[in-house]
Amino acid sequence: MSGITTSQYGSYHSKVARSRATSEPSWIRYGLTTIALSFLALFLFVPLAAIFTEALRKGFDTYITALIDPDALSAIKLTFIAAIIAVPLNLVFGVAAAWAIAKFEFKGKSILITLIDLPFAVSPVIAGLIYVLIFGLQGWFGSALVDHDIKVIFAIPGIVLATVFVTFPFVARELIPLMQAQGKDEEEAGLVLGASGWQILLRITLPNVKWGLLYGVILTNARAMGEFGAVSVVSGHIRGMTNTLPLHVEILYNEYNYAAAFAVASLLALLALVTLALKTFVEWKVAHNASHNEAA
Amino acid sequence: MKAPSKIKQLLVALALSTPLLTLAADITLLNVSYDPTRELYVEFNKAFANYWKAKTGDNVTIKQSHGGAGKQARAVIDGLPADVVTLALSYDIDEISAKAKLIPKDWQKRLAHNSSPYTSTIVLLVRKGNPKNIKDWNDLVKPGVSVITPNPKTSGGARWNYLAAYAYALKQNNNDDAKAREFVGKLFKNVPVLDSGARGSTTTFVERGIGDVFISWENEAFLAQKELGPDKFEIVIPSLSILAEPPVTIIDKTVDKRKTRAVAQAYLEYLYSEEGQEIAAKNYYRPTLASVAAKYEKQFPKVNLIKIDDVFGGWQKAQKTHFSDGGTFDQIYQK
Repeated sequence: MSGITTSQYGSYHSKVARSRATSEPSWIRYGLTTIALSFLALFLFVPLAAIFTEALRKGFDTYITALIDPDALSAIKLTFIAAIIAVPLNLVFGVAAAWAIAKFEFKGKSILITLIDLPFAVSPVIAGLIYVLIFGLQGWFGSALVDHDIKVIFAIPGIVLATVFVTFPFVARELIPLMQAQGKDEEEAGLVLGASGWQILLRITLPNVKWGLLYGVILTNARAMGEFGAVSVVSGHIRGMTNTLPLHVEILYNEYNYAAAFAVASLLALLALVTLALKTFVEWKVAHNASHNEAA
Repeated sequence: MKAPSKIKQLLVALALSTPLLTLAADITLLNVSYDPTRELYVEFNKAFANYWKAKTGDNVTIKQSHGGAGKQARAVIDGLPADVVTLALSYDIDEISAKAKLIPKDWQKRLAHNSSPYTSTIVLLVRKGNPKNIKDWNDLVKPGVSVITPNPKTSGGARWNYLAAYAYALKQNNNDDAKAREFVGKLFKNVPVLDSGARGSTTTFVERGIGDVFISWENEAFLAQKELGPDKFEIVIPSLSILAEPPVTIIDKTVDKRKTRAVAQAYLEYLYSEEGQEIAAKNYYRPTLASVAAKYEKQFPKVNLIKIDDVFGGWQKAQKTHFSDGGTFDQIYQK
């Protein structure tokens, strides 16, 4: 008897599972999967493979020569400088903004949220032009900067500014929904037990959002290193001085130096792959923690 | 025991190197140039650095920035600290004088040949075998012919292209402006992509394989042939073209501030020297020095060239009529 019930239960269960996923006939399901996969192959795998094939077309020596060229090294250095400054700045800002928005009520909160999203809404080229209009020779502070011999645009500060601008929202955007979902019960409990503001931040809030924070930092870093439009406007394109990696790729490509262009592009592609791997790891960790918490 | 002798050695080394250090200065110059001169200045900068080292003992490094001439001039106006500019046409340098007052108004009289050490012209580049049978400008307005040229708003080369086509149409129609306008209007209807600089257009045509004919700097057409194989492209010389004079100048405010006037001046003058002219000719720019021009005579085809001053009344006027906001180019391109 019991054997029959189990099998009945089993078939019922599988029917439910099937109907819950989709009730479409199998050819539609396989068709859709095929379309999705071929899109993925066409738009992601093929270009990615093309980058590495083209980069190594003229042999490994050419590949290495392209990467240790002084202009390439300087572009790598500048890209890292921009990221090293932009990421911590936006990390601090993102945490502060998300903390304020998720845990407190104040007037103008929705305006602040909209403003944080501004860099996503504005074209990067406009973002670059804003800085030219402010700090350029003909701009608001142009002559004052020249008098004090301070260079902003067409120099490293301008590139850093543009990078900070375009990567501004990532950390905050990642943290706000997470912090809002977590509510403020734990913080209030901490407060009642006599914790100071810093203690609450460092011992309760930050540990609660650490994976979301890391995810935001990874995205910020990826965008900071890959940004083209805004940086292109403020760079001035001086070789060996104000070119970042994406700009260097464009220059090499325009100089018929295709193997070198793809070699440098492969660095950016590798960076993207590392980013993806880290991102997947963080997502897995988050899911793991969530199920762990539920179980407990 | 060892340490004192090391210190002694160090002192001796210092003493020996001090005169060298004080004598050999390290100077950097920034040359802001237009799009197709990349290869030219890589070679010329090396030659000049050697010349300057031999002459003064100083090490000079020249940094380069390239892009569409209009865009580059704009960057200098906005504060890109160029010691020298080497642009595609005089109007863009006039703008640096007018808008930012970085150079005197009469900058073009400071060096020989209207401050243009080399000249060039505009030719047509077609695919091997000339499948669309393009012989002259009037073949470019035929339906079904796809024409590649950069954007005259940002590229100096594109403005020379436009004016060459316009001059041809004027000549064909007894200087009838309306008909010439109609001609370039038809021509630009056949343009599928407007890149911002000449080099972008070259890659569009030769690398991405878009278009039947590419209106190009002569030097850029030769270079595309050299880089990508003479078996792929043919140069077509139109019945009439324009004498393009890409001028050079030092940016007075910058060189005075950076104290680089002497070396910047020498840099530009060296473009006129035998070696500078030779390098220009090797990179397919037409030399102005008679001896070098004679040597490379065979390399450059004979072209019937008009001058901008004769047909269009100079760059100021041409820019105002054709390329300013709402000018002829805007009118024909919007139609």
